[in-house]
Amino acid sequence: MNFVRHRLFWPAAILVALLASNIFFSSGFFSITVHDGHLYGSIIDILRRSAPLILVGIGMTLVIATGGIDLSVGSVMAISGALACLLIGDLDNQNSVIGVLLACAAGIVLSLVLGIWNGTLVASIGIQPIIATLILMVAGRGIAQLITDGQILNVTSAPYKVIGAGYTIALPVSVLIAAGMVAIAVVLTRRTALGLLIEAVGGSPTASRLAGIQARRLTIMVYVFSAICAGIAGLIYSSNVSSADSNAAGNLIELDAILAVVIGGTRLTGGRFSLAGTVLGAVLIETLNVTTVSIGIPVETTLLFKAIVVIVLCLVQSAAFRAKVLRRPSRVGASA
Amino acid sequence: MIDVTAPPGTPPAKARNRVLKQNRRHVPVLATLALLIIMYAVGVANYRGFSDTQVVLNIFVDNAFLLVVAAGMTFVILTGGIDLSVGAVVALTTTVAATLLHAGWSAAVVLPLVLLMGTVLGLGMGAVIHFFQVEPFIATLAGMFLARGIALLINRNSIPITDGFWTAMAEERIRFGPGVFISTSVVISLVVVLIGAYVLAYTRFGRTVYAIGGSADSALLMGLPVGRTRIAVYTLSGFCSALGGVLYSFYMSSGYSLNAQGMELDAIAAVVIGGVLLTGGSGYLFGTVLGVLVLGLIQTIITFQGTLSSWWTRIVVGVLLFAFIVLQRAVTRRSR
Repeated sequence: MNFVRHRLFWPAAILVALLASNIFFSSGFFSITVHDGHLYGSIIDILRRSAPLILVGIGMTLVIATGGIDLSVGSVMAISGALACLLIGDLDNQNSVIGVLLACAAGIVLSLVLGIWNGTLVASIGIQPIIATLILMVAGRGIAQLITDGQILNVTSAPYKVIGAGYTIALPVSVLIAAGMVAIAVVLTRRTALGLLIEAVGGSPTASRLAGIQARRLTIMVYVFSAICAGIAGLIYSSNVSSADSNAAGNLIELDAILAVVIGGTRLTGGRFSLAGTVLGAVLIETLNVTTVSIGIPVETTLLFKAIVVIVLCLVQSAAFRAKVLRRPSRVGASA
Repeated sequence: MIDVTAPPGTPPAKARNRVLKQNRRHVPVLATLALLIIMYAVGVANYRGFSDTQVVLNIFVDNAFLLVVAAGMTFVILTGGIDLSVGAVVALTTTVAATLLHAGWSAAVVLPLVLLMGTVLGLGMGAVIHFFQVEPFIATLAGMFLARGIALLINRNSIPITDGFWTAMAEERIRFGPGVFISTSVVISLVVVLIGAYVLAYTRFGRTVYAIGGSADSALLMGLPVGRTRIAVYTLSGFCSALGGVLYSFYMSSGYSLNAQGMELDAIAAVVIGGVLLTGGSGYLFGTVLGVLVLGLIQTIITFQGTLSSWWTRIVVGVLLFAFIVLQRAVTRRSR
């Protein structure tokens, strides 16, 4: 029964339960078909839709691991999508691959600058992270609207469309991009000392500084990484809808991302983090969204359904709840 | 967080030192007050009619509900927690009140009922946070989804309120002279703040709140009722949100399930601008009042500016917030 005690057992169980509940409502839910060498099916669709949330989530995980929080991710998504669409719209030939790549690079570089801004406010000026990133959260949507002049910019670029809606080696490109970023994050944090240092800063900024860790530089770095992830997520989002909508892009994604991080077992107080947990959390949230549609829950009750699943999830994840209510072996002492 | 700039080992040898130390704790609030006055002076210097007394009173009139909500939030943040559900509870309160009044219920029944509902919701979240050791961020996020979900389930449209008591409360003006007035909501909010400030400063409950924020473990070892107090602050915040919702429905004369989106961030921002640390244990309710005034003054300046497009408004709010936080940070840091 060792796997029951695994940190990610309960989120995984809820995910399986959600997926299983779909069988009763749509029989072909688990079938994956191949058209023109591309995989199609509800499972693939869930993965494709979770790509932006996974990206934002892994950036958020590292920020939260240092004891911070990044509320500005939604705004950064909007800004990077807006800049990319603006530059693509100005191209003579919107289908030029190099032009599209440069536009995307510009969006990512701008995200990087915004990440440096957030990181500097938190690490160098010493503003509380929730307020420091709130500034960009509020102003960021304004900046995105300024870039698009308050309009919704539509682009008709085939290469740009590939990022969010295209396929390569049988899988959606957005899923591969997300997987790539997860791989980079895992390698950087688990194959080098970086992850250990981030956990040290999150555990105690003062102690880690006294131990000779460059806490300030590290903190700026995680905010930059979070902003870059959000920037790429913004490109995927805007490419998927072939337009830049400054209000809809990444709206409320910061809450879903934080939720994904916490479902994955990372504590908001900083310290230990789990990237695999965050990916699982992000997929779980997107499955929840897809399930509400596929089992035909009316629009009015979608949020209520989500609330109930989140409540059940955070209760079964709580060791204290299991000990008191489900009468499982107590782990309260160990985890507290 | 450990404050290394003030080593805990320093004994308060002289009485003069203690006075200085006492003053140092007031610095964030005093800095906010000074900057608020400067901001007001800049407004007076730049805009015709800004010096009108009613301009200041209108900030109170337009933000009475936020003041009440932020007062409840202050208690929660002082214990080191957070309450994301406040905006949704405000929306739920306005929706339920409007629906019941529309159905012909008496205001004498509806008013206690909605206040009770908010209080019970807060109690529930507090109980989950304490007994099941769920992170406050996630428990109240679930509460936010739940409250907003129920509100959407009840009615997706705006419901006008025509009840006699409600309109009387909405239209009643307390006049100090020609064109100088406040609404009853302002009186209610100020009473809430005064009671809150008294409770925090002079009662056993208030001191326990600070003790938990300083260190929950130490508070527990001191024999303080940590569990009861922690549940109580969320209950209190639930009550304040419901009362804020009632004031909001006075202000808008309607109930709408999409009311007060993002009000939780306004409330948190007001509390933090007022000098309360998000880690808990330090800050004053008076600071929160100043924080609400800062947010209100920013809105007023933008209204007086008049010609801003919606995106420039967002950017200006962000820039003003940034200028304020950085100045506050600079002032607070220099005095140390």
